[in-house]
Amino acid sequence: MGLKRILLTASSVALAAGTGAWAEEITIATVNNADMIVMQSLAPQWEEATGNSINWVVLEENVLRQRTTQDIATDGGSFDIIFIGAYEAPIWGANGWLVPLNDFADDPDYDLEDIFQLVRNGLSDKDGNLYAVPLYSETSFTFYRTDVFEAAGVEAPTEQITYTEFADIVAKVHDPDNGIFGTCQRGKAGWGENMAFIGPLANAFGARWFDMDWQPQLDSPEWNAAITYYVDLMTNYGPPGATGNGHNENRALFKDGKCATWVDATSAANDVKNPNTSTVADVTDFFQAPKQETSNGTGWFWSWALAIPASSQKVDVAKDFLKWGTSKEYFEMVGETEGWVAVPSGTRQSIHEDPRLLEAAPFAETIKNAIFSVDPANPTRDPVPYTGIQFVAIPEFQGIGNYVGQQISAALAGQQSVEQALANSQQFAVREMTRAGYIE
Amino acid sequence: MARAVSNRTRALNTAVAGTLGFLMFFPILWIFILSFKTEEDAIRAPLEVLFGSGWTLDSFFTVQERSDYFKHFANSVIISLGSTFVGLLIAIPAAWAMAFVPARHTKNVLMWMLSTKMLPPVGVLVPIYLIFRDYGLLDTRIGLVIVLTLMNLPIIIWMLYTYFKEIPGEILEAARMDGASLREEILHVLTPMAIPGMASTVLLNIILAWNEAFWTLNLTAANAAPLTAFIASYSSPEGLFYAKLSAASIMAIAPILIMGWFSQRQLVRGLTFGAVK
Repeated sequence: MGLKRILLTASSVALAAGTGAWAEEITIATVNNADMIVMQSLAPQWEEATGNSINWVVLEENVLRQRTTQDIATDGGSFDIIFIGAYEAPIWGANGWLVPLNDFADDPDYDLEDIFQLVRNGLSDKDGNLYAVPLYSETSFTFYRTDVFEAAGVEAPTEQITYTEFADIVAKVHDPDNGIFGTCQRGKAGWGENMAFIGPLANAFGARWFDMDWQPQLDSPEWNAAITYYVDLMTNYGPPGATGNGHNENRALFKDGKCATWVDATSAANDVKNPNTSTVADVTDFFQAPKQETSNGTGWFWSWALAIPASSQKVDVAKDFLKWGTSKEYFEMVGETEGWVAVPSGTRQSIHEDPRLLEAAPFAETIKNAIFSVDPANPTRDPVPYTGIQFVAIPEFQGIGNYVGQQISAALAGQQSVEQALANSQQFAVREMTRAGYIE
Repeated sequence: MARAVSNRTRALNTAVAGTLGFLMFFPILWIFILSFKTEEDAIRAPLEVLFGSGWTLDSFFTVQERSDYFKHFANSVIISLGSTFVGLLIAIPAAWAMAFVPARHTKNVLMWMLSTKMLPPVGVLVPIYLIFRDYGLLDTRIGLVIVLTLMNLPIIIWMLYTYFKEIPGEILEAARMDGASLREEILHVLTPMAIPGMASTVLLNIILAWNEAFWTLNLTAANAAPLTAFIASYSSPEGLFYAKLSAASIMAIAPILIMGWFSQRQLVRGLTFGAVK
């Protein structure tokens, strides 16, 4: 009896020790959006299957960016997986802050090739090293109200129109007396807010951030034409207080039936087309973001993706989770548990071709085509030394983009002229680029 | 002699004060209302929010289901009470010394302590982050207790110093002549007389520590995150979660609001007792 008990205890201890040795606890830093909430709700399945556990740290986007930058740059090791965007992935990867994920290509079950090439490129450095795997990707297109267009006798475009034509349409559908504004565009300052719309708009007007010698071009006639157009459009046909409106605010306005048109992220389509969350689900359709002087860089490209900081001590477990969370099986699981309309878009070819998705969300095809139409490597009419459509993939852009966003927001608020805003922006950009050593 | 105040002036003052009070309270009231709405109703026009939609507790349940409120709450309690307690342990002797045994540079030391509050915290974020990393204090409650104690220490010392200055030194001298030791003098003579001031200092420090968001967000991840991190997690870059954000905010501020409500008399009495009057 005594021996039996000793053996039983010993084997229990050995089992517990063995399990403990394999079970790891990882910490994931993420933003709070619909797709990540779904991932959090499904993650217990991965925990159960692997015996590992997850600590979720959910932060506001800007706080997350600052917090993770600080932790990675100081080798803090607080996080094992971080949620980052297409701007950070190549820059942080090139700095050696992220673990390369090239070995994902060797796993036939994962099928890395199934992830859209464009998205993989956006998350890789210039040497092709992959540093993050996408949960969802987006470009921009135009949301419009079919009922409002019909009432105004406006035919929806079937091909890419110019911004001049877009302004004509907006003027016709503008009906503030009935609470419908011709257009809602981002006005809140920030490189990820108003500049996400203004960047592609400027590209369309033939503008560019820098010439081939990295000289800032913000005082060019093209920038002036683009920003003058933006300020006029929003002043005449936008909602009041537009300088306070970012993506979320405009999404709320559009879903509440206050906007006739809105050029913004394709990733908002699921929400806007969901009758449970939107009052205009049945009367919303989409067309391509307008062009002007050129069609290059007129729809932005962005991807939210998962990456592993180089400071993580649990790289293998983190990789296992990444493979699980961005696998075909995961997206299918989302479709089956949350409904196919909730499946994250713009990531995997096989998912976008799945008949269950096409039946539940017919607009998924439009989103895929829109994403395929963008080319971050050729974002402008004239040649540029950078990649990125609504951003320039250099570390200095964040500061410059924010400053220019503030200046343009001030111009929209009527606090200064467009010329003054762009002159200030040019001066700031020249100073920052000189300080960073791009120009003398 | 008290000045006569006409009924008209009194009514006007009441109306102005009431309006100002309501305006200051309105954001909290609106958050409270939104927290009982669905996400779809929360984004409607204000009148529709108030009269054209139903009321629900769903957001509170969802928030509790998705985030561990009580873990964040416990962290907030430990961090705010801990930093206040440690702060008092240091501040009472320091304030006593400055008030009753001033040295040549006491005033300079007081000004220097106050000047540390003028430094933007972000200016010392990286060095403190590195120190915390090297000593294993990142994402620990003890780490936050230390940093919040240091952050609030100048305010505690200043407040206690001004309260102690109000107490006649002769009373302490009499206690000494009666044979009281230094410990007895502080514990049995000074402290009881300074209770109102100390209570308001404690309350103010707890409120400051409870609401502190810069250090608590920057030095925590999963284990020591208090309610400030809990609220921050409901702000979203893409998607609307106003109702849940409001519910999370109400859950986070409720304890400190209730505490402030019950202790307001003490707080006001203490604040008007010392130099902050």
